[in-house]
Amino acid sequence: MSNESNDRADTAIAIVSTAYLPAVRRNDVTETEMLIAVVDEALGKVGLKRSDIGFSCQGSCDYVSGGTFSFVPNLDAMGAWPPIHESHVEMDGAWAMYEAWVRMQHGDVEIAVALGSGKSSTGDPAEIYLNELDPYYLAPLGPDPVSLAALQARQLIESGKSTERELAEIAARSRRDAANNPKQQVRSAETDVDKLLAEPYLRNPLRKSDLPPISDGASCVVMATARKARELVSRPAWIAGIDHRSEVHNPALRDLTDSPSTRLAAEKAGGVEGVEVAELMAPFTAQEVVLRQALGLGDDVVVNPSGGALTGNPLMATGLVRIAEAAEQILSGGRNRTLAHATSGPLLQQNLVCILEGDN
Amino acid sequence: MGHEPVAVVGIGQTKHKKRRDDLSIAGLVREAAQRALDDAQMTWSDIDAVVIGKAPDIFEGVMKPELYLADALGGAGKPVFRVHTAGSVGGSTAIVASHLVSSRVHKRVLAVAWEKQSEGNAQFGLGGGKSGSIGAGGAFAPWIRAYIRKSGAPEHIGWQVAVKDRQNALRNPYAHLHLKDISIEKVRESPMMWDPLHFLESCPSSDGAGAIVLTDKAGGLAAAADGRPPAWVLGTSMRSEPSSFNGRDPIRPQAGVDCAWDVYKQAGITDPRNQIDVAELYVPFSWYEPMWLEGHDIAPVGEGWKMVDRGETAFGGSFPVNPSGGVLSSNPIGASGMLRFLEAALQVRGAAGEHQVDGARVALAQAYGAAAQYFAMWAVGSELPSS
Repeated sequence: MSNESNDRADTAIAIVSTAYLPAVRRNDVTETEMLIAVVDEALGKVGLKRSDIGFSCQGSCDYVSGGTFSFVPNLDAMGAWPPIHESHVEMDGAWAMYEAWVRMQHGDVEIAVALGSGKSSTGDPAEIYLNELDPYYLAPLGPDPVSLAALQARQLIESGKSTERELAEIAARSRRDAANNPKQQVRSAETDVDKLLAEPYLRNPLRKSDLPPISDGASCVVMATARKARELVSRPAWIAGIDHRSEVHNPALRDLTDSPSTRLAAEKAGGVEGVEVAELMAPFTAQEVVLRQALGLGDDVVVNPSGGALTGNPLMATGLVRIAEAAEQILSGGRNRTLAHATSGPLLQQNLVCILEGDN
Repeated sequence: MGHEPVAVVGIGQTKHKKRRDDLSIAGLVREAAQRALDDAQMTWSDIDAVVIGKAPDIFEGVMKPELYLADALGGAGKPVFRVHTAGSVGGSTAIVASHLVSSRVHKRVLAVAWEKQSEGNAQFGLGGGKSGSIGAGGAFAPWIRAYIRKSGAPEHIGWQVAVKDRQNALRNPYAHLHLKDISIEKVRESPMMWDPLHFLESCPSSDGAGAIVLTDKAGGLAAAADGRPPAWVLGTSMRSEPSSFNGRDPIRPQAGVDCAWDVYKQAGITDPRNQIDVAELYVPFSWYEPMWLEGHDIAPVGEGWKMVDRGETAFGGSFPVNPSGGVLSSNPIGASGMLRFLEAALQVRGAAGEHQVDGARVALAQAYGAAAQYFAMWAVGSELPSS
């Protein structure tokens, strides 16, 4: 963990630009058009053209988008002619970035782009997300994602690790932060904790304020090798480490108040020591508590200054938005060490952690 | 510091069938993965990371099934990654897994690709779930007709490939179709599906999975020293282009040409026809064999069908294609690319059993997807690459 630019190895890789669309309940343009917009913006910021890109990787999900091969037209976002070197993961864009980062380790790709996109407005996520459960033993029971999240929150509260008031405080803080971030969707909602606690339960112990909105959106991150990164920006967001880990699938077989896979991924990515800002993909308030505790983040760490997934949740793009926000804290925010987290699967089954560093 | 050399030290596949109703989805992938681990003489705890590939989730109706499959594939505590690049996905899954080793991020990686067509309706899925689908055959038939017209190939070429691959499958115990009495006459007389493709010139719908274990140079050399020669990865590539635009050549897509030459360059191949000993190409419809021979510069443009006609691509020919029986004999869609990649590895390991091509030292594998616009290819060899 070095802080001197001269100490960065030539093999180091940095995020040099990011872009994401405002999360909205429904974006009337196609997913491809959303992606074109974020690619244009992210490349434009650093004066790059699509032909400068050596590799790109997209993350999206047919079930979210409502059709098979929904990623195929999204090739146009990168301008795939002449033919391009690219890949696609049926995962959040954060994992697309992971694949691009792995690809860049080979040294023959100087600039890579990772993308995430999703249009939840084309369906009903509560109904759709049942289908990511074990098709034989879990999905037939019909637990929608909000009911599952309520089970997790209940276990967290019953174990003494949190309270309904703390969850309401997280909601209030996230909404206050979102009011300052024009890209978030929930920007003018109630922020008085007592008033939030007086609201009815949606799924006990969760209230509406504990839940994310349904969002459309797209995100983009541009990575470069050390030499290119220094050419393109004055203050690259160096990727100190990135790792992801899974847990067993069935939530009944896990301690839902802990996230050992997040902790392990963070260790593998270089550890949380010195982290000033953490962007945690916690679409439910209770999950922020689980993640903070699992990572051992102190009170001095600023969590989700963007407003977080709780106030803007474009599925399949949300995780990469966290990385973009953590990177911007370094690129333009003057921070030195930030953490981004992304999750996938029921109740934090699978988690990715990326640690970013600036040159002092 | 160059890339870490990558060795395929474990290979496993299921018996492919129309319905594997003896197994759940998890059981299916587990059968292939366990065989790959056994072959590698490894246990589940030896694996650092798992990469899973399959075609659209809507085929079985399970969204992001790798989440559920993490348990069956020993994924707890490990990175579990899901690739989806349309029909090329089985190949790109192998490539993404190999990059985890060549980048030195991990030492031992399990890659698994699968499809369980019997648990869903792929034809419905291929149509995007919207209205009736013309199916893959309906999509490719016009391009096949265009190939025939441009090349002047006689119509028996397609029948010949269909017979050849089914005869090859008789030597492969894992193949879905074992059509002992296949003949040119039977193919020709089978119902016309999508002119010029007859029923017997089309791939079946299969349940199946394929798995490989990849490791680094030290692991590959250790396996070799133990009398279990690995397949060394000589080159990998992926290329994509849009589905359609004015001027696109869908018969010989540029992405396929570029992908092949990227692999050839890495593998030191300048004359693919003579330097490659055997190829496993993604041929779901008979005519794609001559089309890919030309599409990857193995034969000059317009000459691919002549290689078929002369019997050069037959088992025992000078350039055997799909000795395993190919996609025409087994088509668990998401796994079909992986089967090409692992069959190529089996050949250079000398472990292909009755369908082993004598003296195979360099093998090429290819998978393609969507509107013949996604390509994944690798070349594997029996010798550790020098650089």
